[in-house]
Amino acid sequence: MARMIIYSGIPSNSGKKVMETKSSDKNEFVRQVAEQKYEFGFTTDVHTEIIDKGLNEDVVRLISAKKQEPEWMLDFRLKAFRYWQTLEQPSWAHVTLPEIDYQAISYYADPMAKKKDDGKPKEIDPELMKTFDKLGIPLEERLALSGVAVDAIMDSVSVKTTFKEKLAEKGIIFCSIGDAIQQHPDLVKEYLGSVVPYRDNFFAALNSAVFSDGSFVYIPKGVRCPMELSSYFRINARNTGQFERTLIVADDDSYVSYLEGCTAPMRDENQLHAAIVEIVVKDNAEVKYSTVQNWYPGDENGKGGVLNLVTKRGELRGVNSKLSWTQVETGSAITWKYPSCVLRGDNSQAEFYSVAVTNNWQEADTGTKMIHMGKNTKSTIISKGISAGHSQNSYRGLVRATSNADNARNYSSCDSLLLGSDCGAHTFPYMDIHNDTAVVEHEATTSKISEDQLFYCNQRGIPTEQAVGLIVNGYAKDVLNKLPMEFAVEAQKLLSVSLEGTVG
Amino acid sequence: MLEVKDLHAKIGDKEILRGISLTINDGETHAIMGPNGSGKSTLSAVLVGNPLYEVTGGTVTFNGKNLLDMKPEDRAHEGLFLSFQYPVEIPGVSMTNFMRAAINEKRAYEGLEPLNAADFLKLMREKRKIVELDTKLTNRSVNEGFSGGEKKRNEIFQMAMLEPKLAILDETDSGLDVDAMRIVAEGVNKLRTPQSSCIVITHYDRLLDMIRPDVVHVLYKGRIVKTAGPELAKEIQQRGFDWIKAESES
Amino acid sequence: MQSEKQYIDLYGSCRDMLFSHSADVMNAVRDGAFADFSRQGLPTRKVERYKYTDMQSLFAPDYGLNINRLDIPANPYEAFKCDVPNLSTSLYFILNDGFYDKALPKGGLLPDGVIIGSLCKEAAKNPDFIAKYYSKIAKTTEDPITALNTMLAQDGLFIYVPRGVKVDRAVQVINILRSDVDLMINRRVLIVVEEGAEIKLLFCDHAMDDRRFLTTQVIEAYVADNASLDLYCLEETHAKNTRVSNVYIEQQANSRVNHNIITLHNGVTRNRTDLIFRGEGAECNLSGCVIADKEQHVDNNTLIEHRVPHCTSNELYKYVLDGKAVGAFAGRVLVHHGAQQTSSVMNNRNLCATKEARMYTQPMLEIYADDVKCAHGSTVGQLNDAALFYMRQRGISLKEARLLLQFAFANEVIDGIRLEPLRDRLHYLVEKRFRGELSRCEGCKLCK
Repeated sequence: MARMIIYSGIPSNSGKKVMETKSSDKNEFVRQVAEQKYEFGFTTDVHTEIIDKGLNEDVVRLISAKKQEPEWMLDFRLKAFRYWQTLEQPSWAHVTLPEIDYQAISYYADPMAKKKDDGKPKEIDPELMKTFDKLGIPLEERLALSGVAVDAIMDSVSVKTTFKEKLAEKGIIFCSIGDAIQQHPDLVKEYLGSVVPYRDNFFAALNSAVFSDGSFVYIPKGVRCPMELSSYFRINARNTGQFERTLIVADDDSYVSYLEGCTAPMRDENQLHAAIVEIVVKDNAEVKYSTVQNWYPGDENGKGGVLNLVTKRGELRGVNSKLSWTQVETGSAITWKYPSCVLRGDNSQAEFYSVAVTNNWQEADTGTKMIHMGKNTKSTIISKGISAGHSQNSYRGLVRATSNADNARNYSSCDSLLLGSDCGAHTFPYMDIHNDTAVVEHEATTSKISEDQLFYCNQRGIPTEQAVGLIVNGYAKDVLNKLPMEFAVEAQKLLSVSLEGTVG
Repeated sequence: MLEVKDLHAKIGDKEILRGISLTINDGETHAIMGPNGSGKSTLSAVLVGNPLYEVTGGTVTFNGKNLLDMKPEDRAHEGLFLSFQYPVEIPGVSMTNFMRAAINEKRAYEGLEPLNAADFLKLMREKRKIVELDTKLTNRSVNEGFSGGEKKRNEIFQMAMLEPKLAILDETDSGLDVDAMRIVAEGVNKLRTPQSSCIVITHYDRLLDMIRPDVVHVLYKGRIVKTAGPELAKEIQQRGFDWIKAESES
Repeated sequence: MQSEKQYIDLYGSCRDMLFSHSADVMNAVRDGAFADFSRQGLPTRKVERYKYTDMQSLFAPDYGLNINRLDIPANPYEAFKCDVPNLSTSLYFILNDGFYDKALPKGGLLPDGVIIGSLCKEAAKNPDFIAKYYSKIAKTTEDPITALNTMLAQDGLFIYVPRGVKVDRAVQVINILRSDVDLMINRRVLIVVEEGAEIKLLFCDHAMDDRRFLTTQVIEAYVADNASLDLYCLEETHAKNTRVSNVYIEQQANSRVNHNIITLHNGVTRNRTDLIFRGEGAECNLSGCVIADKEQHVDNNTLIEHRVPHCTSNELYKYVLDGKAVGAFAGRVLVHHGAQQTSSVMNNRNLCATKEARMYTQPMLEIYADDVKCAHGSTVGQLNDAALFYMRQRGISLKEARLLLQFAFANEVIDGIRLEPLRDRLHYLVEKRFRGELSRCEGCKLCK
């Protein structure tokens, strides 16, 4: 059956021998697991037009020209670029972000170029179709998972958006951001950069200057989107960065559930991914955004892997609006990502559910910001970190209640599970409370899977690696339950498989 | 003593009391029975002025004074006492400090000097005996770490300390074993005087065997649908509430 | 702002004077500290550990310094009246930064070998011993205020408890701030508790004059195997006081430390507490209670480093903020690789009573070992409504019910004090404080 695939880089191990709980055996098993290869590390051999490496104003102009953008869009990019030049790469996160040579990266790679040059209507190279099939993302609608519309993006370009016409019947706009700039300039002008301004941070400025493709969603007033919308991001070309940009606008009384997945080939060098997702939620509207992030995490020695430096933010502008972020983070060498919510509208509600798994030499610094500004606003943060190997896994979060945010409520729970004695689990919560009617609670625990739990399972005939899978799934259940069905099953499998035997 | 006329109240948007009328004279004990969700606890909460509930209509006079205009503490000073169904735990506040504050505020309301420490402790000792409450419990924080039975006994102990004119026992029997219930009931009976009145809210008649009511009311869907003598409690024990529900809805 | 410049200039012009009125051991690290301070400057709010308190503006005013060690007339017995009564402590005074030796407690109160005296004088007497400890855990490379203190401090307090000696009677040290002009004070404290020794210390800060005081204080405490140190700090000064206190504690195997900071009255206070476990089986309890209103500012910043296995750390900080008070708590527990069987609990609970009061809290865990039990919790909220209503039903007025609950809230910290008379006294002071009957350093008046 074709489906969105969420994978761990560790294939399922049916038929693997049952491991004893003796630590020497367990270490052996850890080693075996660590040596498993990333399943989606293949490359696609397709003619790709890649512009020269380097970043300057001409490159920004070239990207804009390639996308045949209007003048205002180029202005936006240039302003962002000039601002970016005044900034320094941030270093506050608990990750060892390498010094990135921004001149050694190509900022535009178009696997569709060949066909376009012919001046004929867009046709998709069969190689590309095959690639997405292989990834479990069939782009032919008749093969697609029912109820999921996909915008598939490879490198800098949207390859295809499915079910566009069907959605248009309801007035829903679902297309690449490039198309939106051409076809819906007023909407893009109104909202682009309104949630994440280019001045927000270093990577946001960079993205605003050079962003290539991404998805655009507009749900009109009173419309409940009948299917799950999704974007699938794939980095293929070598020495390129991916700078996608997603903009979702849910107008009054609307509803949409959005899924995001991503993969990249195995390469020895780091690949840069600096995306922006902006979400606007109006009166009584609701947006659910789910991510399963599995960029190439690098090899067992920490070589290569995607640098995932992402700014995601939603603004709950309307009264009674709702936004929930759910993320399962398993990939990337470095993750720097804080999907946030600005609760402006009275009675607005926001949620952040996260499972972050790090293994080998991965480093993740992820969490959220909940900025309470409206009255009677409510936010919930549930974060589950799982660290194994030599990895570092940090939760970083901010809860702020401004002086206007009467009766703001926040509950945060951040748990860490350590599998192995060489990894790290960290919690960095910040709470700034400027209102006497706010109630903010934060709690965090750190634990490991106890020998007692494992022995109990063993005694009931459950082998150790399966027991670990069960326990980890139980641990992450609060978050996995928030995923749409299509994701949840795979995500559960992913957790069981990826952490088997890592208890050392 | 208490005169309730056409009382309406709601919590949030939900109307729970839909016109209760009730008169309790000096020295009387009234039982209020009724199925779950009929509004029994709401009635007690509204009488003592719980701010979660909003009174939307009707009047309540207590010894000639308008009860609904008073702050909860002044209702207490006037002699209204509620034995809570779920007494809250107050960590860090010792029973002694708590009771001393309560007693002395009441005395101040009555224009009396505060009780000195020795007299106060003597009073505590005397009253503790009524419900066989261990010294260990009165040395702890209010209700903290008390078992269900101990909490209820502690409520009656406080009632003994404060000597209310009208005591409302809200499901005081729930969660009690036979012995604990006997201690509680005996405590209540010892505290009865010809002038003091009592409202006993309960599901079952077990407690009413020990605390004999003069009048029994049945509350259903926010209204008193039946009022009779103590024999009604027996009948409910045998036949349940369904026949009353049917009667009231026909 | 470049507030550091005046201190750099001062050192340049007064270096010889600083040297001539201090001990060689303290002078030996002065130039290094100066270099570290010059390099770092005063921290801005962009420095993570100083983000909640702005050192640049606090250190900008021009304070006087008593570098020439002029005799300041004072009668510490005026402050004695502020003493916690019936505490039967051995009482000592520090006048600004100098040990006051004109009013020592009667002899025979301290066991043999125990030293409580002027750091400067003891350093002159036992330079080799003091040099082993002085400016070792208080690293000037890592904190510019510690560097500033090390570069300017000329005297302070030395406390030494030899191996196996248990000091039964608590030692109370009153830091008296006394000056006719606005004054900057750089005080230094060195505490060495040897193997199996025990001592309980109570430091009280009092300002005797209605002047602006800027105090930096660095305390280094070394607690050896099986030793025990209780260090209670009570701050009752006034709104014109700024205090930056950096406390460094190093614990060896099976040692025990109780460190409690109570802030009742102050202007701006910033307490840094760094504690390191160097030996297995040690335990620490760090706690703090802050009751602040008006424009008081209290910032507690802690770091507990578990460098070895089998240690236990507990932290509990509670704040009650009224008026326009600002509270900040940043606690970090760092469990190093290999520090298995660590147990660590951190709690920060806060009540904000007004819209203008602000609370910043940041409980952090950084863990590099897997067999550990670590938890932290932090809340900002109000008093429990159900408890308030319960109390009102019993006839207790809303105001009184609030007081009782606030009092109970703060008492959880005070109940952890293992010095009964101090505990009782604090219960009393805290209640007075909440009732608004202790509106500023009026402890003196109360006891008169």
